[in-house]
Amino acid sequence: MKFASRLVSYDPAPGDRFRPISTPIYQTATFEQEHADSFGEYDYSRSGNPTRAVLEKHVALLENGTRGFCFSSGMAALSTMTKLLRSGDEILADIDLYGGTCRLFSKVLDRGGIAVRYADARDAERFERQITPGTRLIHVESPTNPMLRVIDLRRMAAMAHAHGALLSVDNSTMSPYLQNPLDLGADIVVHSATKFLGGHHDVTAGAIVVKEEALAEQIYFTQNAEGNALGPFDCFLLLRGLKTLKLRLDCQQKNALAIAQFLAIHKDIQRVYFPGLSEDPGYGLQRSQARGAGSVLSFTTGSGDISKAIAEHAKFFRITVSFGSVNSSISMPGSMSHASVPPEVMAERKMPADLVRISVGIEDEEDLMGDLDRAIHAAMPRTQVAIGS
Amino acid sequence: MSTKDLHDSTVAIHGGRTLDSHASSILFPLYQTSTFVHDAVGVDKGFSYSRVSNPTVDALEKAIGALEGTPPAVCFRTGMAAIATLFLSVLKAGDHAVISDVVYGGTMRLFREVLDGLGITASFVDTSEPANIEAAITAATRIVFIETPGNPTLKLTDIEAVSRITKRHSILLAVDNTFLTPLLQKPLELGADISVLSTTKYIDGHNATVGGSVATRDENLLERLRLIRKTIGTTQAPFEAWLTLQGMKTLPVRLKLHCEGAAIIARWLEDHPAVERVYYPGLDSFPQKALAEKQQLAAGGMLAFELKAGAEATIRALNSVKLCSRAESLGGLETLITHPSSTTHADLEPELRRGLGITDRLVRLSVGLEAPEDIIADLEQAIAAAGCDGAVEGDAHEIR
Repeated sequence: MKFASRLVSYDPAPGDRFRPISTPIYQTATFEQEHADSFGEYDYSRSGNPTRAVLEKHVALLENGTRGFCFSSGMAALSTMTKLLRSGDEILADIDLYGGTCRLFSKVLDRGGIAVRYADARDAERFERQITPGTRLIHVESPTNPMLRVIDLRRMAAMAHAHGALLSVDNSTMSPYLQNPLDLGADIVVHSATKFLGGHHDVTAGAIVVKEEALAEQIYFTQNAEGNALGPFDCFLLLRGLKTLKLRLDCQQKNALAIAQFLAIHKDIQRVYFPGLSEDPGYGLQRSQARGAGSVLSFTTGSGDISKAIAEHAKFFRITVSFGSVNSSISMPGSMSHASVPPEVMAERKMPADLVRISVGIEDEEDLMGDLDRAIHAAMPRTQVAIGS
Repeated sequence: MSTKDLHDSTVAIHGGRTLDSHASSILFPLYQTSTFVHDAVGVDKGFSYSRVSNPTVDALEKAIGALEGTPPAVCFRTGMAAIATLFLSVLKAGDHAVISDVVYGGTMRLFREVLDGLGITASFVDTSEPANIEAAITAATRIVFIETPGNPTLKLTDIEAVSRITKRHSILLAVDNTFLTPLLQKPLELGADISVLSTTKYIDGHNATVGGSVATRDENLLERLRLIRKTIGTTQAPFEAWLTLQGMKTLPVRLKLHCEGAAIIARWLEDHPAVERVYYPGLDSFPQKALAEKQQLAAGGMLAFELKAGAEATIRALNSVKLCSRAESLGGLETLITHPSSTTHADLEPELRRGLGITDRLVRLSVGLEAPEDIIADLEQAIAAAGCDGAVEGDAHEIR
């Protein structure tokens, strides 16, 4: 079955006697038991809920995994993943990670005696030299947020496994429609489901998908023990949003490529970061491991003030953190989504202060380009405009 | 387990519960779905399309039916959808209805703007005097529709006395029981054929939904109501039904507090020098107190009062409240204060309005669950701020 069909062709209500076409919302905390000394399939919604079960199975199958788990946020999913480690273990991570992930890795895990090393995963040989006997997990995003750097996921998987470590990939910028890290050798896929999976910015959620049953059991244990699973209503919203994942992304990618090409030749734009452009350093690798470049891209202008003014002058691109929604958004990662990155990591990352990240939505392509063009024009210093005109 | 032998407070919690949903969740699932898959052509599991019926709406209908002491009720998108569907189910061109003159303004508008054009007529009479009903009934009359207590002056109609008339004429008697709910007044046990509720009010109780219900023991009428509802698409929605089911579990405890608060405030108002009169069925001064005691189990949470000062001062007082909210609707946790003559009953002819006691100085209060002392303090400061504290402006300032 092709991906578009898989998105909608699943049993929405297994075993339900009424056979609804849409998954029922089991907005309930607890379940009545038939016997006093044994539990039925469900007993308490922290441990399991029929609405969540449908979503978790669906997400697992879309990522070509065997078991899926949904959480109250992408960070809750990432945090649960790190519970696979114990004191003394180490994580080796790529330098370009979402700011919240950096905060979790640098300011929370250290309390549990888990160390995190950062290195540029694009330089695989140098990256591999950072592996120590304590390294249990390699964690990367690809393309990365916000620099859209492409990491060789097959190579990362081989490296991790050669050293007895696991590879986890945050697939939030791609979604299972464009990239399946498990097929490339990763052991764990993590999603901020708030992004492309939900697609409407009406739900905050996270997901983990794995192949190995032993890993699944550990993840489930933590989900139940810590109580951070996604609520039934949010599960319903996510199930509903997922149905149009392909439709949305097809349109978003088409718009994003057009905008990237437009920005690449714009006289006031310094550099565009987008692996869908043939001149981008990640272009070839992206084509070898993913089915598209997505709809998130970044660019620089040479001036933090101009970048800020562009964000503030844009109308269709609204200033918001997060990405992947049907609405276009614009942000300055240095002061917004990545403000929590420790300064020493920030220096290593070489993230430009004038970096603008945009997430392209499903608005009309010409409207979006016209909006950016107007915003750029309005953002340029007046004297320069006067000279030009 | 039959709900017949249980107390109301138990039925409010367990009436909609069905233990056979496959996961046995303690709450009924929210079937937010438009359609249902058929096992084979023409073979479904009792549900095919949510305009016709839906498992979650079904659960609400069982719950309301259990409270009403009837088979499952029929639930609608709004209280007006319930009333409109009821009339369209029992009336056709040439038919006639007799209706309480104190009925909700929307019911009057329904006749004037919709049913009248279909050749269906109605007489609006003072049903507090049953002889007026007898006099209004013609050979074409099919239904008597009363609201008791009436809105906003709480005027009562004797359900039992009216039912003797409707039975003699072999016509239907429907009671809009929104102000009291089946917990405080049981119209079907008093002889009525149909009980109508705006579930928006006390049944939900949280100002979270709009909805309506019709309950009856007449199986043919139930079938007819479901047919018309399906045809005109006035069915309640699953999420609204689910919220209503949750809200109604606390109906018995809420009603107890609403009644206690209303009684305290009514007595305070009655003693206040700036207040001309108070309408509350629990007060000794209420002209129909005996009837209230006969057919109601409590006086309810609604009251109305008239200030001695004029209309302008009354409006100033309404504009000075801080805790109470100026809003239409009633029966929720928040105390709502309304000026019926300019809002809920503004559509009525001024003469008719005055005849019903809806003067420009009349204030309606839906007493919420705030501490009665705090509501009283708010009313006190509002009356003082409006400059009508004890001072009598007189009727010279009445808006005419």
